[in-house]
Amino acid sequence: MKYQSFLIKYAEIGIKGKNRNMFEDALVRQIKSALKFCEGRFSVVKTYGRIFVNCLTEYDYDEVVERLSKVFGIWGICPVRISEVVPPEDLVRQAVDFINEEYPDGVHTFKVHTRRLNKQYPMDSLQVNAEVGHAILEAEPRMKVDVHDPEIMLNIEIREKLSMYSHMIPGPGGLPCGVGGKTMLLLSGGIDSPVAGYMIAKRGVKLDAVYFNAPPYTSERALRKVKDLAKQVSEYTGPIYLHNINFTEIQLYIYEKCPHDELTIIMRRYMMRIAELLAKRSECLGLVTGESIGQVASQTLTALGVTNEVCTLPVFRPLIGFDKEEIIAVSKKIGTYETSILPYEDCCTIFVAKHPVTKPKAEVIRDHERNLEEKIDEMVERALQTDEIIIIGPRDERILKHREDPLV
Amino acid sequence: MREIYLDNSATTRCFPETAELMNKLYLEEYGNPSSMHHKGVEAERRLTEASAILAGILKVRPANLIYTSCGTESDNLAIIGAAMAMRRSGRHLITTVIEHPAVLETMRFLEEQGFEVTYLPVDSEGQVSPQAVEAAVREDTILVSVMHTNNEIGTVQPIEEIGAAIKRRNPRTLFHVDAVQGFGKARILPKKARIDLLSVSGHKIHAAKGVGFLYIGDGCRIRPILFGGGQQKGMRSGTQNTAGIAGMALSARILYDNLEQDNDRLCRLRDLFISLVTQIPDAFINGMGAARRAPHIISLTVPGVRAEVLLHALEDKGVYVSSGSACASNRPHLSGTLSAIGLKGDQLDNTIRISLSVMNTEEDVREAAAAIAELVPFLRRYTRH
Repeated sequence: MKYQSFLIKYAEIGIKGKNRNMFEDALVRQIKSALKFCEGRFSVVKTYGRIFVNCLTEYDYDEVVERLSKVFGIWGICPVRISEVVPPEDLVRQAVDFINEEYPDGVHTFKVHTRRLNKQYPMDSLQVNAEVGHAILEAEPRMKVDVHDPEIMLNIEIREKLSMYSHMIPGPGGLPCGVGGKTMLLLSGGIDSPVAGYMIAKRGVKLDAVYFNAPPYTSERALRKVKDLAKQVSEYTGPIYLHNINFTEIQLYIYEKCPHDELTIIMRRYMMRIAELLAKRSECLGLVTGESIGQVASQTLTALGVTNEVCTLPVFRPLIGFDKEEIIAVSKKIGTYETSILPYEDCCTIFVAKHPVTKPKAEVIRDHERNLEEKIDEMVERALQTDEIIIIGPRDERILKHREDPLV
Repeated sequence: MREIYLDNSATTRCFPETAELMNKLYLEEYGNPSSMHHKGVEAERRLTEASAILAGILKVRPANLIYTSCGTESDNLAIIGAAMAMRRSGRHLITTVIEHPAVLETMRFLEEQGFEVTYLPVDSEGQVSPQAVEAAVREDTILVSVMHTNNEIGTVQPIEEIGAAIKRRNPRTLFHVDAVQGFGKARILPKKARIDLLSVSGHKIHAAKGVGFLYIGDGCRIRPILFGGGQQKGMRSGTQNTAGIAGMALSARILYDNLEQDNDRLCRLRDLFISLVTQIPDAFINGMGAARRAPHIISLTVPGVRAEVLLHALEDKGVYVSSGSACASNRPHLSGTLSAIGLKGDQLDNTIRISLSVMNTEEDVREAAAAIAELVPFLRRYTRH
């Protein structure tokens, strides 16, 4: 075992005053759950105001690091070498070996930072710094000390045990999942919405998701694709409750009753309305969409305003200022991109007009929606009854509620 | 809901007898046919029996059959194997624009390797002309590959005439026939049709996926494309799929024992279906005018209705069909037959394929036709602009 422990660094939760305990406990819980299916046994402990993942058995280093680097709230992961406390000359030798192993081919600037909490130890921290630094320079004369901005910071801690750590693997940052309440994500099969979900979840928010499918215009594979996306996002967020709503009837009704170039915007207003009804049912505090200004006709500032006005809950659009390339970069990083680009039609595109309105006027849209008055309320009610709820986690999925009325 | 499976050119349901036989081979006679002990001998006997059955159907010697993992592998082995073996006598190959991707993509690979390939066109019914084949064969033509039955529209090629034309022009040119859709529906006699290489797949004839064979005629030398333990005289290394092979032979025997009666019945079902769906305004059948048509494949174009939507709507009624060609439906640029016979733009997108099998009944066909007739007016109301 190369490392016996991982020191978990967290940035923001350190400054949350009285809530600090709550945040730390949430992070410990998330770490434990992330490691649940890893090979080996671990203990996750809060100690001296820090979180350690102690490895109790042999484990798969790459697997553990991969899992930990998906836990929101973690800013960095430092693999730690732990041994018995040894006399100073052995300690110096161990430190030199450790640096050689960690940076086998590099010539770097470095600094040694020692904390000696075991006051019985024969050398104080400054002496350890000096001795270890000296020995490192002797072993590799091309190394240089830099106390202000070193490339390598060798941390040595002398407590009941002796620990050393140096490099840090970046974590995803953010806040531990669940500390920020819950939102309802409008999840399509595209590139944007999974990224939007990721961004919101990164701030500690739990996700439910709603998907609108429109058989026979969308296929079972399109639903499979959305489930796969939810599964990939759940690697970060933990299990997601996915609501699968049959939207066909509403969509066709709008098609028949409203001007074709307004189809998309009116359709989106009904999606928002239904998402909000579901959100309120499941105690979500807001809606989340993948919209970004100007990306398509329905996402101009005017169109966003017209869509927005049907909701009373806040609508969060974490990608609002992102360019497509930036969104794609995040989707590649979180692993949803390859799935998102699979060519299955989703319900936003099936009847899309060649030239949809880009500057819809709210009063005109409201007026045209009056054409739907006769049947739309019962259709929305029926759509809500089609709600199929699937709990999707990184490893499994199960249906919590079956579709009662398939409507097809 | 009753299931009406009309996508038999994509794959078929296994005959129960075949599944039972395979089960027995998996659980009891599971030996490796190369093993020296009893279990091996027992398994080898199953292979011998299978070869005898299949060779009997084709009227060839059992030694002419090489077992593969699928139709695609058979096509690859035939074409690449022949090209590699004959590269010194010529570098020209001929095929048609309507072949399955297993042939077309293999030809493209050979083009990258420096071979020259001629792609022959077809007429508006999807037929290849033997005269055009004859005219294209040259002194350095090493292989001609023409499919027996087209998988998208069901046109059956004049294989015997093509075989005669090739050999008339150049007796050394090999003739490969992809019979994945034709085997089990037509009596194909390689020797009579001057076929040197014939590809067949198990799962299209009510046997298992993952098994097929290639007929290699006497005197036809090809190079293997898989190397290893030297099974099947070194032509195709790898332990034989004994259960799959035995099952394929059994399914083939069941089909050929009753071929003429079954084909008559399938043709009646096909024609009944066509007469019902062509009552839909503007709907038409592709390849209707071909001299020879498969008894089981129907290509139906319904203008104004997207195939994918119709397919999913039918699915909700328990009716399973395919859009265009199932093998190519997620790679539309490969779906060449429909454009080769002159379908354009939306027509390509408005075409579904219905493919029957001996397991279908008149009731299936009537219900499916009724479902289509019922859905079309509804689906035509909602279109993309």
